[in-house]
Amino acid sequence: MESEAVNLKLYSHWMSSCSFRVRIALNLKGLKYHYVAVTASSKSDPEFLKLNPLALIPVLVDGDFVLAESLAIIMYLDDKYPQYPLLPHDIPKRALNFQVAHIVASSIQPFQNMGFLNNFIEKKVGPHEKLPWAQSVIRKGFTALEKLLKDQAGRYATGDEIFLADLFLAPQLYSAYKRFNISMVVFCVLITP
Amino acid sequence: MIVLYSYWLSSCSWRIRFALCLKGIPYEYKAVDLVKGEQFSPEFEKLNPLHCVPVLADDHVVVSDSYAIFLYLEEKYTQKPLLPVDPQIRALNLQIASMINSSIQPYHMISALKDMEKMFGAETKQWAQYKIDKGFLALEKLLKDVAGKYATGEHIYMADVFLAPQIMQAVNRFDIDMSKYPTLRRLSETYKGLAEFHASSPQSQPDACITNNNL
Repeated sequence: MESEAVNLKLYSHWMSSCSFRVRIALNLKGLKYHYVAVTASSKSDPEFLKLNPLALIPVLVDGDFVLAESLAIIMYLDDKYPQYPLLPHDIPKRALNFQVAHIVASSIQPFQNMGFLNNFIEKKVGPHEKLPWAQSVIRKGFTALEKLLKDQAGRYATGDEIFLADLFLAPQLYSAYKRFNISMVVFCVLITP
Repeated sequence: MIVLYSYWLSSCSWRIRFALCLKGIPYEYKAVDLVKGEQFSPEFEKLNPLHCVPVLADDHVVVSDSYAIFLYLEEKYTQKPLLPVDPQIRALNLQIASMINSSIQPYHMISALKDMEKMFGAETKQWAQYKIDKGFLALEKLLKDVAGKYATGEHIYMADVFLAPQIMQAVNRFDIDMSKYPTLRRLSETYKGLAEFHASSPQSQPDACITNNNL
């Protein structure tokens, strides 16, 4: 992803769904960026912690400006680089996109990310409980999303264009059936895009 | 008139009550008793299939999730803006609110704690305290160089609207020691001086003290 003048730098992990969301945004907008791979050990590196005290990824660096949290990053990119807009003009439809993004970001992902599964579920109950717990969380969230989107979805989650909701859904769906073996048969709307 | 479905103790509901008060937007309050399970009624399920408060109904538009509701209000009702024009400070506000909404509050929301208590018992509260402390430490590092009178400068913005209820919940329900977070503690004292903070606080709500708050 090197180019003649790369101002954007993305700290990312290849498996992180939060990083995946931002990578989709950057690619849709045709933005070149320098990819900095973050590993489990480099997350505790003092230099990285200066960038993001929560030690989470992704982190975007744009010149001197450092920004964490995938939704904040995506909205910052959408404001600064308006090509391929990631939010519709219609205010209620924008709100729907924010809702979908936050169902994924607050109700599903925090309870099935590696930190929670390894540091809490595995340590407190045992490794055998990680998968059932993650599946339960995902199914609950997907059931809600299915109801929310059944009358809204077109070719994509909120109509016939890719917007913010799709950037959050796509990595979550990928993770659900690749990592957590979720059967998508009952989620007719989610499986279609 | 806007209708807000809210529970008096819910910090997420408090954020929106605070925003509505700051923007001077009148609203009708509809209490959803989370202890009695009213969030699972068929009527409420139509409003929010995730069974959470707050939910905002504005004519034919229904929005759930406090982050989405906040941005909807900000975009539709432009008086007394709660997001700055400067793109970097704006992004910082979105980041801070997101940290609270995704990395702190989900781990101590009522429904999550009930699910976790079934498996982990008394250790659940310790886990919630650990996540709050971890999040507050990160916020303290982030804010110590950017905060002015408020979280991101001299004006009250989205970050403050999310921080104020979060700090109060942390202190009142989870016994978090705020002496470790001097910037957050100072901000909390500033919020307590605002009439809108008190008007939106749990104790000022119509359903306060009616339900059992021993959650």
